[in-house]
Amino acid sequence: MLKISNLHVKLEEEDKQILKGVDLELEAGKVHAIMGPNGSGKSTLSYVLSGREGYEVTEGTAVLDGENILEMEPEERAAAGVFLAFQYPVEIPGVGNMTFMRTAVNAQRKARGEPELNSADFLKLVRAKAADLQIDADMLKRPVNVGFSGGEKKRNEILQMAMLEPRMCILDETDSGLDVDAMKLVAQGVNALRDPNRAFLVITHYQRLLDHIRPDVVHIMSNGRIVTSGGPELALEVEKNGYTDLLAENA
Amino acid sequence: MALAKPTQDATDARLDALSIPQDAGWSLAARQEALGRLKLMGMPHRRDEYWRFTNPADFNAVAPVAAPPMDVSDEKPLYEGMEQLRIVFVDGVFDPEASDDLAGEGIEIARLAEAGRADIHWARDLYGLLEARGQSPVDRPLCALNTAFATDGVLIRVTGKVSRPVSIVYRHENATSDAILHHVVQLTEGAELTLLETGCVAARANTVLETDVADHATFHHVRSQGRNHDRRAATAGFARLGRQSTYKSFTLTANGAMTRNEHVVEFTGDDATAHVAAAAIGDGADDPFHNDDTVFITHNAKNCESRQVFKKVLKNGAVGVFQGKILVKKDAQKTDGYQISQALLLDDDSQFLAKPELEIYADDVACSHGSTTGAIDEEALFYLRSRGMPKARAEDLLVLAFLAETLEEIDDEDIAAALNERLAAWLDRHAS
Repeated sequence: MLKISNLHVKLEEEDKQILKGVDLELEAGKVHAIMGPNGSGKSTLSYVLSGREGYEVTEGTAVLDGENILEMEPEERAAAGVFLAFQYPVEIPGVGNMTFMRTAVNAQRKARGEPELNSADFLKLVRAKAADLQIDADMLKRPVNVGFSGGEKKRNEILQMAMLEPRMCILDETDSGLDVDAMKLVAQGVNALRDPNRAFLVITHYQRLLDHIRPDVVHIMSNGRIVTSGGPELALEVEKNGYTDLLAENA
Repeated sequence: MALAKPTQDATDARLDALSIPQDAGWSLAARQEALGRLKLMGMPHRRDEYWRFTNPADFNAVAPVAAPPMDVSDEKPLYEGMEQLRIVFVDGVFDPEASDDLAGEGIEIARLAEAGRADIHWARDLYGLLEARGQSPVDRPLCALNTAFATDGVLIRVTGKVSRPVSIVYRHENATSDAILHHVVQLTEGAELTLLETGCVAARANTVLETDVADHATFHHVRSQGRNHDRRAATAGFARLGRQSTYKSFTLTANGAMTRNEHVVEFTGDDATAHVAAAAIGDGADDPFHNDDTVFITHNAKNCESRQVFKKVLKNGAVGVFQGKILVKKDAQKTDGYQISQALLLDDDSQFLAKPELEIYADDVACSHGSTTGAIDEEALFYLRSRGMPKARAEDLLVLAFLAETLEEIDDEDIAAALNERLAAWLDRHAS
């Protein structure tokens, strides 16, 4: 689905190389996980793929359906099917959560040449999907993420993912700030979206999220590169021995 | 004291071109007094303290700058379907055909242009009175000019709780129209009224609204100044508030080459409330945009609450000005005064000039003020775009969110919703 080749990225503002040649092929129907120590470049990878400003791609491509998404605006990437669940979802005072989601859904439908959803149809859809994630009517009415707990914010991310039905889902440390119950709920939401036509890239520090969202492939990232890849057992090894041994082996 | 020569010259030239209406009737004395005041102060000048940020040249000029009318026929009328008593002015001229009967229960409505019919009228004691009171400590020559030379206006006396809003609708059809309108509203004890003002008055307009709110009376004022680009408007609202009375005024402005909206509010009775709010959006790309809110609130009674909420969204060299003052006199204990002015600058070319002032002589008051100028929140913008919203749409959503706090100042939810919808439609049109 998404093929990342030789991706080099530096910070725009300073001369600091963050990604130093990432190669990754994410197939439809598969869940790939990226683990790695702090500062290895995991979150940068997610930001660069979704089009956040402040990064400069110095080399490489990320090709989705034959097009290099790195040359697209963030909204074009979204319409093409890329979705990033933020590590820190942004609070937007004054914009109702429902208005936000309906505007987003319809903007994407419009960009893809599909008819927009009317408010009644939208409401029905969002209520059904919100119920699965135990998101109540009040959370839908409130301004986007304002006053939400950490768990509510992450559930709200998954709700957006469910509403937008992207093909390439990137989850950036979705487990951070979640207690065990909240993590299970979020994982259920993600698992419900697993589909032969959809690819997932799950970025996490810890193995525990991967107990709930079972990955097909695990990659270890360090110093801006994927240093090793394997099956789910690789995550268990990290949990047991930490990154140090693993990185030493692959140095 | 003699006026400085440039001021004297400007005043002479302006006065030469104006004359007090011949059939001024009961309003004649007040007009002559106002003319006397104007001659003493002279027309405004850039050197005047309260005109430092706004050039009064367009208001001083003998002839108005031409402003082609805007075709707004594709816009559905604001407050459509809402019960209202409509009074229509086209380029400042009353349109009887388009207006409703000027009558209703608990309300008397007359027109200033018909003052010549009588020597005695309830408005005689009020016309120009609050304007004159508002001339101290700050000169407001445009308002004295208005009282002297207004050609028409609506005189409303409210004696009951009137549920149907009075809706003054302005239409601008003539590119060189120059309108001077003076409205007077008197609310007797316990009376209630909502006054709506909608649309662009004229190519150049000078409007004054005097509102006398007696004890326990309530006045709501909601104004939308239209979205015409080239028009010049100087407006002033003077209000005097009695005991336990309520006065709330909201203004929405889009575009407009020059806007000066003044509010002069005086508390004379204890335990009263005054809220003044405005939202303005302007893009200076094709036409200039200068938007000035100048507010003066005098607390001259105990335990009154005043609140000022002003927000402006500025783009492509647009200029926003806010001058807001809270004056708390010695005996106005337990005053609660609040003032906030905020600008959202969508680029580096636009500017916001703010001058908040507090002058407090009482020792037991709670007064606060704040002013902020900021850019759009890039994090929020990226978040919205990452969900598929085009940049312009995402910006609009954030602009509406920024202005939402001012619309919350409107008590009537239907009116607030209508204005919010209008604002969203304007933004939508602009983005496409």
